[in-house]
Amino acid sequence: MALTLTPNFNEVGKTYFNAYSPGDDFYELLINTHRDLSDEQSEQVNARLILILANHIGDIATLRDALQLAREGV
Amino acid sequence: MLKTYTYPRFEVKPAPEIASGRTLKVPVVVVGAGPVGLGMALDLQLQGLPVLVLDDDDSVSIGSRGVCYAKRALEVLDRYGIGKQVCEKGVSWNVGRTFFREQEVYNFNLVPEADHHRPGMVNLQQYYLEEYLVTKAQQTPNIELRWKNKVVSVTHGDATVTLRVETPDGIYSVETDWLIVADGARSPIRHMMGLEIEGKIFKDRFLIADVVMKADFPAERWFWFDPPFHPNQSVLLHKQADQVFRIDFQLGWDADPDEEKKPEKVIPRIKAMLGAFDGRDREFELEWVSVYTFQCRRMGSFRHGRVLFVGDAAHQVSPFGARGANSGLQDADNLGWKLKLVMAGKSPSTLLDSYSEERVFAADENLLNSTRSTDFITPKSKASKAFRNAVLGLARDHAFARALVNSGRLSVPAFLTTSSHNTPDSEPFAGRMVPGAPMDDAPVIERDPKGKTSGWLLDKVGNQFVALYFTNDPATLDAATIDALSNLSWGGIPVQPLLVSPKPGTAIGGIPTIEDMKGIVAQRYDARPGTVYLLRPDQHVAARWRRLDAAKVQAAVAKASGNA
Repeated sequence: MALTLTPNFNEVGKTYFNAYSPGDDFYELLINTHRDLSDEQSEQVNARLILILANHIGDIATLRDALQLAREGV
Repeated sequence: MLKTYTYPRFEVKPAPEIASGRTLKVPVVVVGAGPVGLGMALDLQLQGLPVLVLDDDDSVSIGSRGVCYAKRALEVLDRYGIGKQVCEKGVSWNVGRTFFREQEVYNFNLVPEADHHRPGMVNLQQYYLEEYLVTKAQQTPNIELRWKNKVVSVTHGDATVTLRVETPDGIYSVETDWLIVADGARSPIRHMMGLEIEGKIFKDRFLIADVVMKADFPAERWFWFDPPFHPNQSVLLHKQADQVFRIDFQLGWDADPDEEKKPEKVIPRIKAMLGAFDGRDREFELEWVSVYTFQCRRMGSFRHGRVLFVGDAAHQVSPFGARGANSGLQDADNLGWKLKLVMAGKSPSTLLDSYSEERVFAADENLLNSTRSTDFITPKSKASKAFRNAVLGLARDHAFARALVNSGRLSVPAFLTTSSHNTPDSEPFAGRMVPGAPMDDAPVIERDPKGKTSGWLLDKVGNQFVALYFTNDPATLDAATIDALSNLSWGGIPVQPLLVSPKPGTAIGGIPTIEDMKGIVAQRYDARPGTVYLLRPDQHVAARWRRLDAAKVQAAVAKASGNA
């Protein structure tokens, strides 16, 4: 499974009239998840989120590409 | 400071009611002669209603303030007769660029699609827009503008609303059937009526400066996150008319607004910014400086009996996205025809609740988008900032991250898909023109007996209900179809039929034809021969069908007009 790097957010049953809407829906969820957390708690949430999503993706080759990409340029 | 603009002073005349002691009785009063109040007055006069406009000042907006007028607002201004003037004087632009530190990470084009009359955005100082609106209103016998007329009390009775109005020459009373409140974000009338407006104050301050300079910057919106010349904050650059540039610096909550407005403080900031382009020293002069904060909030309902709130008086958003004046003009667009139907006794007054229903829906969309932009531009926690910077860092190379960069989602009209006044589709259609959609424009040719005129679809519809009937050839329409199209009016509410055809053809049975020479209307509306669209006076889709059934069209008119 190749890494998807084009916009890929969507929600079943929703009609979008602007291309940015699904991405903004996700980003708002992400930021709201962190609302009122301490910096330490936020770090923990992020770590757990990565683990949960990594297991969901499952394919190690894809994850290897993603991990490498994330590390580049930091 | 330099002056590229001379503020007009409008003539203040003593109100005759001061000497006579009589109460002035009028059907509609609009309070506030800003872009939204003036737009409202023009909309109502297009509906044939006389309007009294009261304003506590005698000039236009001081400083450029509202700058960006979006495609839909320009289309509404076209209906009011000043769209062309605004577009000619203003600076049209479609491209926005976003920079993170030194690098451009993302750019967008507001109108990636050709064949629209109006551009994505026009930048124009608010005072020009107001001046054009005032001039238009002054040319209209049905509109009376009274300057330096300040409403000091409002009494809301069962059948009328009574205003006390203070002027330089004395006080008088006005009794009106309907009051439209367009008196801005601080809305004195909202306060007088003790009505709440709820939402969030954002703890941030922004410096805006209008700068006059000869610079060959392209007509684009440039937005910087964390630039070297203004670290950790954002900066926005817009080009306006007359070589005036708008620069917006984020300052942070702790900045002292009085201190920051001083030229000795502002000028070095601008110099540092201009120098960052190519190191050149550019000459410029300050024209106007202001420091602002903003709130994101709206009233629970925009209708309170005989009082209707429009524009900033009803809802306020952050400036990121140009959703203030643009959404206010769409309030006027939505309200004018409804008030007319109610006043003419053709619709129950509950139709005005649909104004609130539909514009609250639009306001919530504007609030959502502007709050999201604000959260991205000014992250409120360490985690939030880390995500923001990660998005910006990835954006240069990866499309998915570019889609997440949010430096303001620029004003687009709401699709009123949840409105209870739409008639839902009963047959499948593709595309965006769903019931509740603001109409997409398209190039057309209209032929009349004198010859042909090329034009735009949106110029052919509006101010009344219209039924578009798509056909391959107007000459082949049978008598039954022509008869049905000629008799779509319902309950005294006229419905103008219009044929849309790729073929030139003379009008049949008095029904005008618009020629869809490139087939773009049919394409954008997913139309086939026999397709019918019912359009509202505010250029929104009310209903559509694959074949003409006059009873169905009439039922949809009844629904859209609040009669069913």
